[in-house]
Amino acid sequence: MSLSYAAFFVALFVAAHMILRVALPHADPYLLPIGGLLTAVGLTMIYRIDPDLAFRQGLWVVVGLSAFAGLLLLVRDHRELDSVKYILGLTAIGLLILPAVPGLGETINGATLWVDLGPITFQPGEFAKVLLVVFLAGYLRDNRELLAMGTGRYGVPSPKHFGPLLVIWGAAMLVLFQTRDLGSALLYFAIFLAMLYVAIGRWPYVAIGLGLFALGAWGLYQVTPHVAARVSIWLDPWSEPFGDGYQLVQSIYAIAGGGIFGSGLGRGVLLTPEGNPYIPDLQTDFIYSAIAQELGLAGAAAVVLLYLIFVYRGFKIAMQAADGFSKLLAAGLTATIAIQTFVIVGGVSALIPLTGLTLPFVSYGGSSIVANFLLLGLLLMVSNHVNRENAP
Amino acid sequence: MNPQIRRLFFFFSALFVALISMTSYWLWRAPELEARRGNPNLIVRQLTIERGLIYSSNGKTLLARNIEKEQPELGSTWYLRRYPRHQLTAHAVGYSTVERSRSGLEQSLNDYLTGSNLELDTIVESTLDRLQGITQRGNNVVTTLNLLGQRAAVRGLQGSCGGVVALEPATGKVLVMASSPAYDPNLVEGRFGQIIRQTGPCRPASPLLNRTTQGRFIPGSTFKIVTAAAALDSGRFTPSSRFDDPGYCIEYGKRVFNYSDQSGPSVFGNVDFGDAVENSINSVFCEIGKRLGPQLVIEYMKRFGFYDEPPIELPSDEITPSGLYRRGKLYDPSDPNAVDPGRLAFGQERLQVTPLQMALVAAAVANDGIVMEPTLVERIVSPDGKVISRSRSSEWKTAMRPETAADLTAMMTRVVESGTGTSAQIPGISVAGKTGTAETGREGQNHTWFIAFAPAEAPRVAIAVGLSNQAGTGGSTAAPIAQAVIAALLGRNA
Repeated sequence: MSLSYAAFFVALFVAAHMILRVALPHADPYLLPIGGLLTAVGLTMIYRIDPDLAFRQGLWVVVGLSAFAGLLLLVRDHRELDSVKYILGLTAIGLLILPAVPGLGETINGATLWVDLGPITFQPGEFAKVLLVVFLAGYLRDNRELLAMGTGRYGVPSPKHFGPLLVIWGAAMLVLFQTRDLGSALLYFAIFLAMLYVAIGRWPYVAIGLGLFALGAWGLYQVTPHVAARVSIWLDPWSEPFGDGYQLVQSIYAIAGGGIFGSGLGRGVLLTPEGNPYIPDLQTDFIYSAIAQELGLAGAAAVVLLYLIFVYRGFKIAMQAADGFSKLLAAGLTATIAIQTFVIVGGVSALIPLTGLTLPFVSYGGSSIVANFLLLGLLLMVSNHVNRENAP
Repeated sequence: MNPQIRRLFFFFSALFVALISMTSYWLWRAPELEARRGNPNLIVRQLTIERGLIYSSNGKTLLARNIEKEQPELGSTWYLRRYPRHQLTAHAVGYSTVERSRSGLEQSLNDYLTGSNLELDTIVESTLDRLQGITQRGNNVVTTLNLLGQRAAVRGLQGSCGGVVALEPATGKVLVMASSPAYDPNLVEGRFGQIIRQTGPCRPASPLLNRTTQGRFIPGSTFKIVTAAAALDSGRFTPSSRFDDPGYCIEYGKRVFNYSDQSGPSVFGNVDFGDAVENSINSVFCEIGKRLGPQLVIEYMKRFGFYDEPPIELPSDEITPSGLYRRGKLYDPSDPNAVDPGRLAFGQERLQVTPLQMALVAAAVANDGIVMEPTLVERIVSPDGKVISRSRSSEWKTAMRPETAADLTAMMTRVVESGTGTSAQIPGISVAGKTGTAETGREGQNHTWFIAFAPAEAPRVAIAVGLSNQAGTGGSTAAPIAQAVIAALLGRNA
């Protein structure tokens, strides 16, 4: 049973690989295998937690790889997206607003980030993040000189050039207040800051951006008890080990209990005798804790290193790209994976306050899988373009 | 833009290194985290250990045993706990579960029961076993609990909220520890709600509470034994000291009356010390208290073990010290004027005591004034039959001189012969006892007591029965329970 799963999964990725080699013959050869390996690790852990969920995740991988293939075949060149960047940017905002629309949004764990479409619910934020990166890449390429010039008194550009960015910030902030989704807020702002820094290369921007984010976070902290609780639990996870801190404390126990090489797959202490996970959201946000428990520090570190290789290849594509749009797009997409990984792994290991995000490619979740394969497809498109140009 | 991208890569690399470091940090803290309550890693690891068995004092009757449950997916066997005697010894033995951790001896002796106690030969053995893949086996525990006495106590407590503790005065061995209402420890795993929803006979029912060590009751007249010990032992009074009882005692300018029945407060006139104990005359003790002062009484309380957690082998969060309480906290007054000496002397004021502490008071009188450390463990035996630890009877406190104890024994014998405690008489055995009835001002909510020991001339049993939701007196409610338990323990028919 589980073996036929594995065979099917391998066949699926071989097929995806063939399509990639035909459609984008010069694309980076590492990224798809890394994505596939991470997906496989995720599927294995999910299968161990709940075979039914693994089956559904398998279906989502099929959908994700189909979307990946469709993207490669329909959008031959990522630079075509440059011309529709404003449409994409507006779509992203629209997607972010969707969960706040009455009758559509569904609140899970204090955050409204789901859209209920009858048989399936989806998380529009996962797709919005990819679209936002495309928009920002185009927008920052167009305006980077003007923004970098610093016509204002303190080397800060005039509101005329900075305005659109502030509008985006404000819109995103409003949506985030509405949905109470701190994890995504952190992700979007970090992506925004990373891309701004790459485009302009000046610290004051990053400093101002951080200041604005701190302001927003402080505002959320003031109005949302759920956010204040997250912070106090991060400071002392054992203040309420059976109350609000339960999830984080259990996550720490799972990580600590894994030891260096882990208990072995299926032999860890993840489920109660009744078969319920000790850690709520184990298969989504806390999948890293499950990996640390059963595959140990070695397995967990290997997963983090896989992301590091992914990030290395992604930034390498960005550095080799000749045009600004490609550079910014590749850097932005790569930064997205890096930041998302850091925020959720840091959250479940209590390095930073816990905010809900999925671990890219690994966590259970349809929207997350599909969106991340689309992200991977775009990155490979840039890579194909770059390598073709640089080919001797 | 390339320098920025390069720096960004280094920045993210540093963040990823921080992630791996944080994961390693938790590994480093793992030994300390494993000891925390609610860590399923530890609980499940201990499930693979064949936990030691728990026996009653005869060393044969099982109070806790294991059932094996194969875990084919884990490739191991889990040992789950079962309690064949159900409610009988629930509070002393406690429970050990996956979902709700542990309590009672199952918690406090966990290291012995899992074989992880820090004694070199067991550590070496268990490490060798683990290396060879042999199931680790824990040590067996033989308790001091006598099931004949335990059964009599549980039967007597039916329909009441309260506790019974019986000790062997010379050794401190706990022969009976029964708390009511009780619970079935087999239900803790899986059907915990059934325990929580239990109602009656009092509110809240709190069946998990060990009322013998955690229940705080007003001692009432049983406390007069402590006052009498202070009065006689300090040499300020003798058994032949005489008192005039007008039926009341004047405190702070107001009359405090004797215990009253339908015909009004009783008046005894000219009496000696023994008469005052026999008839439990409040006004006399009120006068004694005023003359001794609260400081001396509190000093004697401490000599009996009040204000200390009795050193019994139960988890410390299941033991409450006895003494004066103020705003829910133990209160040791530095200012003697802050305490009402008269009401303190006859067991009211703000006194709150556990049945275990009152059993220790009775045992001290029975044991020539020496309070022994109470113990629930007869011996601990390794799986291959070696005795790892045997209960040593050790002295805990010296409450009074042997002469004082002898005087008190004589007075307490009169209580059962012809005083307030006649319903505790056992044919052929002289019982020494003291009743207590503390009115809480609400109908049917009296705290009633009987403390006793027997046989009076060579005591083998000391007992305290404390009840909280009573309409009657200590003599009519608690004394018959004590009588049945003593008879059962001494092998007599009551």
